[in-house]
Amino acid sequence: MAKLVGMEVSLAVAEAARLCDTDVVAAYPITPQTHIVEHLSELVANGKLDAEYIPVESEQSAMSSCIGASAAGARTFTATSSQGLALMNEMIFIAPVLRTPIVLAIANRALSAPINIWNDHSDIMTIRDSGWISLFAENGQEALDLTILSFKIGEDPQVSLPVTMNIDGFTLSHFIEPIDIPSLESVRSFLPPWKPLVKLDVSDPISIGLLGTPESYTEARKATDNVLVASKTAVDKAFKEFKERFGREYKSVETYRTEDAETLLLTMGSISETAMTAVDEMRDKGVKAGLVRIRLWRPFPAEDLKEILVKAKNVAVIDRHIMMGAPVGPVGAEVFSILYNANPRPKVKNFVLGLGGRDVTRDDFHLIVEKAKSAPAQDIERYELVGVWE
Amino acid sequence: MPREIDAIQKVGDLPIGFTAKPGSTLEFKTGDWRTLRPKLHRDKCTYCSFCYVFCPDGVYQDMGPQEKYYKPDLNYCKGCGVCAHQCPKQCIEMVLEEV
Amino acid sequence: MKALETPYEKVTAKNFPKGPDVLASGHRACQGCGEVLALRLLMKALGNDFVAVSATGCMEVCTAPFPQSAWRVPWIHVAFENAAAVASGVESALKVLRRKKRGPDRRIPVVAFAGDGGTADIGIQALSGALERGHEDFIYVCLDNEAYMNTGIQRSSETPFGANTTTSPAGTQSQGQNTWKKNMALIAAAHGVPYVATASPAYHLDLMNKIRRAAAISGPAYLHVYAPCPTGWRMKPELSVESAKLVVTTRIFPVYEVLDGKYILNRKVDAPTPIEDYLKIQGRFKHLKAEDLVYIKERVNEEYERIVKLAEAFPATA
Repeated sequence: MAKLVGMEVSLAVAEAARLCDTDVVAAYPITPQTHIVEHLSELVANGKLDAEYIPVESEQSAMSSCIGASAAGARTFTATSSQGLALMNEMIFIAPVLRTPIVLAIANRALSAPINIWNDHSDIMTIRDSGWISLFAENGQEALDLTILSFKIGEDPQVSLPVTMNIDGFTLSHFIEPIDIPSLESVRSFLPPWKPLVKLDVSDPISIGLLGTPESYTEARKATDNVLVASKTAVDKAFKEFKERFGREYKSVETYRTEDAETLLLTMGSISETAMTAVDEMRDKGVKAGLVRIRLWRPFPAEDLKEILVKAKNVAVIDRHIMMGAPVGPVGAEVFSILYNANPRPKVKNFVLGLGGRDVTRDDFHLIVEKAKSAPAQDIERYELVGVWE
Repeated sequence: MPREIDAIQKVGDLPIGFTAKPGSTLEFKTGDWRTLRPKLHRDKCTYCSFCYVFCPDGVYQDMGPQEKYYKPDLNYCKGCGVCAHQCPKQCIEMVLEEV
Repeated sequence: MKALETPYEKVTAKNFPKGPDVLASGHRACQGCGEVLALRLLMKALGNDFVAVSATGCMEVCTAPFPQSAWRVPWIHVAFENAAAVASGVESALKVLRRKKRGPDRRIPVVAFAGDGGTADIGIQALSGALERGHEDFIYVCLDNEAYMNTGIQRSSETPFGANTTTSPAGTQSQGQNTWKKNMALIAAAHGVPYVATASPAYHLDLMNKIRRAAAISGPAYLHVYAPCPTGWRMKPELSVESAKLVVTTRIFPVYEVLDGKYILNRKVDAPTPIEDYLKIQGRFKHLKAEDLVYIKERVNEEYERIVKLAEAFPATA
């Protein structure tokens, strides 16, 4: 078996970018993403990664430079968090339509205000509708593997879309975990040099980034959505190939003890590991609880998820972001949408917790499962905030 | 003359990345923007090239050392009159476009 | 920073590139547009071996409405404020791909084109970052038509004092724009980049040779190019080149270069044309009063003298 190395998860993400022979990194420091880009600049400074590291003056420029570099045919990586992602927002919505397969690692952090450097998913939810493929990692090994997979999926000629690889800020990014670091050769053969579909090339000069008038804007947006939705096939294919090559299996929707579960918890990110422990405890007490984790947030794995959820009596959807003004959270909204016409249909409860670094404990999951079982369906289903002082 | 209708393409027919081919605005003839047309008085022309140089739309073509003048491509000339104004010999006259 | 300049051929009246324009006709610029003229001449000077990046603005909109493009070089537009950052990314990509033998094995200039708003206002941060980082094959061109023309003539920090725009309207309590034009060329020069220049399309050879020089120099270059806008300035379209000449001969827009921190005043104006000759052909200045003109004249000379003195104090040797 492979030798495990104790390594901070942020560094493992940077190592993955090295293994992938990244050509250009354009990044701006922001807590808790800093260790990723620090390590990358160190790798470049020591000649361990032959890349151009552009120390840009803002995240807005980071994403702009990434789009330029990717459009010029370079394998491009960047990382950010929270306010940084918010500052990138304008460019984030442009990259998918231009079909630039940039990989963006996000150390997920709460959005201001109040300013807060700790973890939740409010940052990634701001780019929910942008056209990026979004993957969530739960531990260090997954963070490394999914970074490699992000390049693999994004650069698939059927896809050519940018990818975000999400790790929870601090609660995952700053942990030291045992990680199997694959060999350079194995990663290079899994991920051959990228062949761009569209490229700024003086010998074949095309124009990229045109004005879309009312005659063409709708079609351009729909074409991008079609590619994003269809990229699910490439995601599954990449996961399969990864398993064959490296032995570790990934699925768009992961399950844990769901077979005969009456109540399912639905999570994204590193809280899933705490939830697994809670599920074990509940099972020991005879509570038929199970856990479903969304690994692929975009494109939303509607069919895969529906197939699993319809078998349960109760579903507790956990959001780590308040979709202000809306009855439910963003994950909740998707789940209600895919289950509305299901028959039979489980009862769905939506919980929001773990905002701005508020600890999420096993007890929280015990409480949520109890509530999901006992609370009656509401006339209009609204999210419930767990662990709030009020 | 191609029109905005060219932009109407089916979702599946759009070029990857919403791109365009180099120099393809040539398909769009801007000549019908014109109300005034440059009329050349070649007898006064010294082949100085100012009309060619200063045309914002690049419509003048070099007719070569034999012909010794520059000819505007009226498919694209918008009739701005910069050529006439810059001509040091006043050999370009802006005349009303005949319909 | 010491400019590393490779030899280049100067554009002259004799060898003027007469081939097809690198910027094709059929673009939708207004009649008499001085900005597209400057762009056309700059691209002619560079030829086909460069990558262009545009900021959102008149030139981007009028040259690239889907499914057409006027650009005969590889071209990308991403957004408004970030042309310098996009160009930084392209430049870095070409550099690393060349090193890794996956791209052309030569220097390819990456040229960002932006208007005055995209440069001096919303884009100044990205520009400053790009200049400071020292990208080798990076050229930034500000095509300055002195207001937000694409959105309908709103004032920018490059709008000249007294100009009537839709957001600096002349009224009973205002003479129009009430601030002096931001000096972007000197701001760029303060970054210590190897090459900064100002140019006007009326002096076409000077303009074209400046971008050739910028391309020949290793390190970031900044060109501030005067770009007459008949539509936004309420001026007859045929006068755009005329105004581009008058702006220099009146001393309003000194044409100079800053090479390695040394100043070269390309056109010394000893007997300036009266400023009124420049102002009177443009409707945006027609409301100005005698006292406004006194102030404008004073300040124009002051600003011009600043460049004269810089050229005397820090003369370029070659």
